[in-house]
Amino acid sequence: MNETAVTDSGRDPSGVPVATGVPALAVRGLTKSYGHVRALRGASFEAYAGEVTALVGDNGAGKSTLIKCVAGVVHPDEGTIEVNGAPVQMTDPQHATQLGIETVYQDLALAPDLDAASNVFLGREVRRLAFLHNQAEMRRRTARSFQELGVGTVQDLRAPVAAFSGGQRQSVAIARAAMWAKHVIVMDEPTAALGVIQTQKVLELILKVRDRGLAVVFVSHNLPQVLEVADRIEVMRLGARVARFRVGEVSVEQLIAAISGAYTNEVQS
Amino acid sequence: MSGTRAAESSASLEGAEVPVEPAESLFGRFTRSTAIVTFLALCTMIIGFSLKAPGQFDTWSNFRQLAQNVAILTVVSVGTTFVIATAGVDLSIPSGIVLGEVFAVKALGLIHVPGVGTAVDVAGTDSKATYILAALAGSLAAGLALGIVNGIAVGYMRIPPLLATLGTLGAGLGIALLVQNGVNTASNALDPISTGHLIPGVPNLITIAAVVVLMGVVLLNFSVFGRHTLAIGSNAEAARRVGINVERHLLKVYVLGGVASGFAGFLSLSYFTTTSLAGHSTDNLKAITAVALGGTSLFGGVATIIGTVIGVWIPAVLQNGFVIIGVQPYWQDVVVGFVLILTVWADQLRRRARQR
Repeated sequence: MNETAVTDSGRDPSGVPVATGVPALAVRGLTKSYGHVRALRGASFEAYAGEVTALVGDNGAGKSTLIKCVAGVVHPDEGTIEVNGAPVQMTDPQHATQLGIETVYQDLALAPDLDAASNVFLGREVRRLAFLHNQAEMRRRTARSFQELGVGTVQDLRAPVAAFSGGQRQSVAIARAAMWAKHVIVMDEPTAALGVIQTQKVLELILKVRDRGLAVVFVSHNLPQVLEVADRIEVMRLGARVARFRVGEVSVEQLIAAISGAYTNEVQS
Repeated sequence: MSGTRAAESSASLEGAEVPVEPAESLFGRFTRSTAIVTFLALCTMIIGFSLKAPGQFDTWSNFRQLAQNVAILTVVSVGTTFVIATAGVDLSIPSGIVLGEVFAVKALGLIHVPGVGTAVDVAGTDSKATYILAALAGSLAAGLALGIVNGIAVGYMRIPPLLATLGTLGAGLGIALLVQNGVNTASNALDPISTGHLIPGVPNLITIAAVVVLMGVVLLNFSVFGRHTLAIGSNAEAARRVGINVERHLLKVYVLGGVASGFAGFLSLSYFTTTSLAGHSTDNLKAITAVALGGTSLFGGVATIIGTVIGVWIPAVLQNGFVIIGVQPYWQDVVVGFVLILTVWADQLRRRARQR
């Protein structure tokens, strides 16, 4: 699985495995407080193009807040976010989209009564005469993209997505993100509600998206799944990164140790 | 999740080619919609009445009269289809119509006509295009103002549409009564609209209603505006996350509903040659009934203008047919009431069925 990663891995002097090169997405020293609750305490995170970077951690570790900062939904109190090395100030979700970052939310955020193409192009419709939508063209592009990604799941591009199975819906959501993302796709628990076989299909789709050269951020509680699909793993605990691993050099036990605070390979600054 | 379901869906996941289908015809789209059921019901009624009263019900003049009678309700129902498509509702339609009438009359009253007084009092044959345009502007402005208040209340203040528009229903009618001192004003200035025949043999009201329907179809089915309207009705949060300004869009939708009501007021003044302060009090319920009968979901996300037109015609055909065949026309209310319940029930069953 690691052969496809375009970045080489190396080790910094402290022995922490890091990928070299400019990360597609870099988060440095993010802090965010909600009242007295410090959700992020100097959190850092990196994701590289052509890699699946898993973000793991227990509930309350700050994963969701970190993702929301990257998606432009939440504004961090301190810290920087860089896209391909350039610092960015995320103002709102649309800004994140313009910067080439797409987020697949846990609850899908599809409009169930609209068909797949309408959902894929929602808010970004192909227009004609300025005010009409060009449904035929949107359907064509959606079909082509689904084919490229191997989302053969959606036979009826005219049926409302409410008629699809959970796996098919998730595939539509991921394919939509893959169509629009220029640099980074963030997926929040994309397989949480799926059955075994549907999960497998979605994981395959994630690898296809990665192989297109996008940086994939994969948030999950499912550690075997993380080990299966990720190239690198970053562990968060209490609002900060506590460990980084390259898949193949880490076991589930080590991950659990890092998640629970028994192990760290991060130099605290 | 059961194993069989996962296996089934995996079968459908395997290697299926995604076909790039040819464009679906309007007819094909129509047959897939829920409107087909009510359309068949309407056809059955028309055929039944035609068999029962040949030479009376099934005449061109009877259908022309029917079309003219439903024209005003058609206009407001097209507007309110958009509102209901967002999972909203507009109870303030009567105040929109009455305010449209009242401000059309006020606009006419501003124009001085030597020898007659104001444009309100001119004979229909002496009316001018400027008078009509002034009245139209007054009606549309009234509808626009009502729509803006509704839209701000629902979109920005997040007041449930039922209550927001119930508020503007009362307030609007109150304002109309205040402006008119509780007295209706008669005017023949708009006669050319209702008595004219832009297309020979077809009263203008029918032509106007047809144009409004056509505009509604284009706007709902083929425009980005309509797409966003349905998306908001289907899942407002999804619409927000892809960057649609949901609040502003709701404002636009309620403005559309308000302007349609105001325009209906303009048509009503023309047709009845007087304001009708107490004359439209159930038009909101009639419009909602028509929209629901037509297959537009009251839960939002699914809407059809053609269905709405069918929904407008069903009560009208029943009423007209019952009168002609000598049945108490009050049966129309009974039948429509139960058909409405059945239609909404069918919509709910459809929704439950697909959320297995």
